[in-house]
Amino acid sequence: MGPSSVVVKDLYARYAVSESWVLKGVNLAVGRGSMLVLMGPSGCGKSTLLYAIAGLLPWVVPGEVKGEIVVEGVDVARSGYRGLAGVVGIVYQNPEMQVVTRSVYEELAMAPENLGLPKEEVMRRVEWVVEALDLERYLNRDPQSLSGGEKQLIAIASVLTMRPRVLLLDEPTSMLDHKGARLVLETVEQLKREHGLTIIAAEHRVEWAVEVADRVAVMSDGAIVMEGSPEEVFSRVEDVERYGVRPPGAAEVAYELRRRGFEVCVPVRLREAFEVFGL
Amino acid sequence: MIRLEGVRFRYPRGPEAVRGVTLSIEDGEFVGVVGHSGAGKTTLAKLIAGLLKPSEGRVLVDGMDTRFVPASALARKVGYVFQNPEAMLFSATILDEVAFALRNFGFPPSEVEGRVRAALEKVDLRKPLSASPHALSFGEKRRLAIACILAMDPSVVVLDEPTTGLDYARCLSLFETLRKLNEEGRTVIVITHDTDLLARFAERVVVLEAGAVVRDGPSREVLSDVEFLRGHGFTPTQLQVLASRLGAPAPTPSAVAETLARAWARRAR
Repeated sequence: MGPSSVVVKDLYARYAVSESWVLKGVNLAVGRGSMLVLMGPSGCGKSTLLYAIAGLLPWVVPGEVKGEIVVEGVDVARSGYRGLAGVVGIVYQNPEMQVVTRSVYEELAMAPENLGLPKEEVMRRVEWVVEALDLERYLNRDPQSLSGGEKQLIAIASVLTMRPRVLLLDEPTSMLDHKGARLVLETVEQLKREHGLTIIAAEHRVEWAVEVADRVAVMSDGAIVMEGSPEEVFSRVEDVERYGVRPPGAAEVAYELRRRGFEVCVPVRLREAFEVFGL
Repeated sequence: MIRLEGVRFRYPRGPEAVRGVTLSIEDGEFVGVVGHSGAGKTTLAKLIAGLLKPSEGRVLVDGMDTRFVPASALARKVGYVFQNPEAMLFSATILDEVAFALRNFGFPPSEVEGRVRAALEKVDLRKPLSASPHALSFGEKRRLAIACILAMDPSVVVLDEPTTGLDYARCLSLFETLRKLNEEGRTVIVITHDTDLLARFAERVVVLEAGAVVRDGPSREVLSDVEFLRGHGFTPTQLQVLASRLGAPAPTPSAVAETLARAWARRAR
C-alpha cells in the first residue's frame, strides 16, 4: 500500500444521546487512491466512523470523539470539518435529503459557491463535473423530477465540485432500485479509476464490493473485526455470516461444496468461480 | 384465491401505473413481485389489498370484488405491510399498536391480549408490551408492523419491500418468518429487489415492467434466466449466472453446489 490518505488510530466515538461508545477502538489506514468498503449489520458503527472521519462528529453532530484521525495530513480531531473543506466529500444514504435546489446547475454550483470561489472557478468546476460524469442531459431538468438513482448521481457530482481527494459514501445505494444502484456504482468505479480518489464506502452490495474494493473491513459492535483484501475476508464464509454480512454467491457455493466433502478454494468473484468450478 | 382481471389503475392527474394485469394467485402460494422503481409494484400490491380500486377491470379476493367490499372487510382477509413501517405506527405502547385493529373490529378484551402476544411471538419480537413502538430499531418496527397485520389472522399477507433498510441477517430472519407464515397455509406476496432471497424462499416470481406483467413463473426458472434478467435491466447475481451456466435447477447455493457435485462425480467415473 502506498502512502496513507486516511489514518484512524484507537478511535472512540459516541453521540451526545448515546449511552455508551458507538466506536470502540477503531484502527484503520487507507492508501491514497485506494478503495475501502465497510460492511456490517445496522448499528455496527459504519456511519459513525464516516461521520468522525469527515469531522462532522463532534463538530456538527454533538458527541465525543477520542483517538486520532488524520486525513490527507489534516488532524481532524483538532480542526474539525472546516479543515477538511475541499479535502473530504461525503454522500449520504438518502438522495432526497441532499438535493435541495430547483435546477441541476444550481445544485452543482452551490458547494463551490459556498467555498467562496470566484464565479469563473465555480463555472469551471461545474463544467468539469458535468463532463466527467456525463451529466449534460440533466442540466435543464428540475432535480425533484429525477429518479432516486439520478438524484444520488447529482448528490455525488455536487460533492465532487469541491474537488475532494477523499470521498466518503454512506450506503449510497440502499434506497435505490437495480437501475439506480448501477448508475451510482458505475460512477463510483469511474471516480476511482479515472480520478484517483481515495474512497471509503459503507455499502452492503457485496458482489459489487468484491469487484472494486482494494480492501474490505467488516465491523461489528463498534470495532473492525475482519479486514483484508476481498478474497481474504469473504473466503471466510462462516465468519462473515456470523457478523451478519452476506457472502458472495460463489463463496456460498464453495462453502456448500466443502460441507459435502469437496476440497475447493473459495472464490469470491465470478471469474475465479469459473476457474475453481471448472466452468 | 386472488384474481386480477384486466386490471388498470391510473392515479388522479397521474400516469397509468398498472396497465392491464391479469393474474391468479392460489391459496397458500409464496409469490415474489420484482420490477424497477415505477414499474407499478406498490400500486399492484395496494390493489390486491383493496386499498386502491381498479380504474378498469376487477380484483377478486375469495370471490369478493374489491370495488364493492368495504376495506374493513378485506382487511381481515388481506393484510398489507407498508414499505415504511413508521407510516403504520402511531400508538404509545406496543400493546395498543397491535391491539388497535382488533379493538376496532370489536374483538372481546379477553381475547385481545392473547392475540397480541401470539402475533408478537410469530415475528419474534420480545419486548415489554408497555414499551413504546418509537423506541424500537428500524428492524423491530418492521416486525411490529407485521405483527399488527398478523393479529388479524389474515389468510393473505402482502409486504411492500420489507427488506429495505434491513441488514442481511435481519433480511434472512424476516424471510424465515414469512416462510413460517406460508407453511401455516397463508398466502405470502412480497415485493423485493432481493432476487437471491426470492430464489430461496418464493415458489413463484412475477416481473412487472411499466405497469404490465412481463414474466410470471417458478422463481427458480425465472431467476436463472440470465438473458431475460439482463434484457430487463437487472444485474444478474453470481448465483444466477452460475445456475444458468450449469443448468442448475435453482439459483441457490445448495442447488448450484449439488449440480456441480453431480457433474464432478460423473466426470470421475
